Amino acid sequence: MTETLSDVRALVGRHFRHIYRIPEQLISVTIMPIAFVLIFGMLFGSAMKVEGGSYQEYIMAGIFIQVMMANISQTALGVVGDLSNGLVDRFRSLPISRSAVLIGRTTADMALAAWSCVLMAGVGYLIGWRIHNGLPKALAAFGLLLLLGFAMSWLGALLGLALRSTESVNALAFMAMMPLVFLSNAFVPPDGLPTWLRVVAEWNPVSMVVTACRQLFGNPTVGLGTGLPAEHPVLMSLLLIGGILAVVVPMSGRAYSTATAR
Amino acid sequence: MTNAIEAEGLRKSYKGHEALSGVSLTVPEGTVLGLLGPNGAGKTTTVRILATLLQPEEGRAMVAGFDALKQPKEVRRRIGLTGQYAALDERLTGRENLRLIGTLLHLGKGPSRRRADELLERFELSEAADRVVRTYSGGMRRRLDLAASLMVDPPVLFLDEPTTGLDPSSRLVLWGMIREQVAKGVTVLLTTQYLEEADQLADRIVVIDTGKVIAEGTADQLKQKVGTERLEVAALAAEDTSRVVAAIGARLATTPSVSEDGRTVSVPLPDGMGGVAAAAAAVEELGIEIAEFAVRRPSLDDVFMTLTGQTAREKDSA
Repeated sequence: MTETLSDVRALVGRHFRHIYRIPEQLISVTIMPIAFVLIFGMLFGSAMKVEGGSYQEYIMAGIFIQVMMANISQTALGVVGDLSNGLVDRFRSLPISRSAVLIGRTTADMALAAWSCVLMAGVGYLIGWRIHNGLPKALAAFGLLLLLGFAMSWLGALLGLALRSTESVNALAFMAMMPLVFLSNAFVPPDGLPTWLRVVAEWNPVSMVVTACRQLFGNPTVGLGTGLPAEHPVLMSLLLIGGILAVVVPMSGRAYSTATAR
Repeated sequence: MTNAIEAEGLRKSYKGHEALSGVSLTVPEGTVLGLLGPNGAGKTTTVRILATLLQPEEGRAMVAGFDALKQPKEVRRRIGLTGQYAALDERLTGRENLRLIGTLLHLGKGPSRRRADELLERFELSEAADRVVRTYSGGMRRRLDLAASLMVDPPVLFLDEPTTGLDPSSRLVLWGMIREQVAKGVTVLLTTQYLEEADQLADRIVVIDTGKVIAEGTADQLKQKVGTERLEVAALAAEDTSRVVAAIGARLATTPSVSEDGRTVSVPLPDGMGGVAAAAAAVEELGIEIAEFAVRRPSLDDVFMTLTGQTAREKDSA
């Protein structure tokens, strides 16, 4: 166990060195999230109105979650890189626990996601986003966000191990992200949608987490609809994320232990 | 002498295609086995199984005294693996790469640093040690890759086509480093497509093709299998080749073969110098200019062609 921990620490350190070496990588976790807040918050916010608060307040949870979802491709691309240059082979020929390599990467990616959250929260504050339910609940929301980011990283790891190519990862991650993020209540209240689409949006896992965050931040939750996801968003989110992790972590571990280069 | 590597009846297939159909080999401690074969012969699959990266469907594999299938972790503590691609983190420096491996091997901070510095020094990478691997040349990467597989100071070393894609001088440097390990008593299993490499480094050679061992022995034993010495004659003018073929063929009562470029005429020499003299006389009578007239011992290339060529024909007739 202590050995696994020290392996994970060494591997997390490896990923942090990457950022230090290749500052371009920081763009995706620094500039992009800030740009999202400014573009969605200011641009759309100038044209859109929601009941019970400002659009800036409404949309922040959506932007947070969109950035957490991006962990899928972030992690998947990293795993594909390690596979294609043979590093996975080298790691697998070492006497380290098979989970250490994946835990190292997903942990590092979650730390980057946390950094993105801090920046987004700062810029969000500047454009008028506020938390209304006190710090503990806000922290709980960030905890939930990071847990989602962590789960998405593991999903990405599985995707990367299964697809093994940058092109496939990019294509598939984008195809999965688009409907998940936009067919939700992340950016638009779903109550104006046709009924069938509204049901899809309400049960979309992204919507559950968005609603949970809005509640915890005390931001407007207009057009929520009814049903289990709307009534118990935090519980549903936790169940959902837990479920994803329970399935994806062992699957990734297995995929890793039989993964081969090329 | 005990065996550092023992494989018996390894079978492995990928999606219905049988990559290995019963490969057996042994490598006595402190020796080098060259695993020779064309692309797709099953060399890499064999190494991957022995290095615990792959599970065979059938067979047994013992490496450094442990069962590679049942005690992979014990085996991993005792092997070094250098794959076909330099398995390095491109964005870390050479030194960081080695230290990371050292940490993952739980060598301890001090010993890990010392070992990394020592290997960088020995592999002439000290100057480049603090540069990112991305900036390294192919030869430097291979050297660092070999260094990485030596961090553990392994008693058994797997080298999967360690010099593929290297320029000749880098190849020589890498050969020197491999010999250094052998001199220290390390057991090496080396796969290669280069016959010269096997000839240079290996004590024994196993030739595999389409997942089967087709020959095995020392380089000299294998060369003997192909048989006798050959005489090679090339006319200065390409259009004279057919006359050379006719003259030598008539005199030695055989059918000479012609190289692919149509220049070199080649015949086996079963009775040594008598054949050379007869052929020389025949060519002399033609009164043409000769570019080359030489006696060649069979090369490992000939072994390879004979062996793999035959199995290819067997396959066709089956």
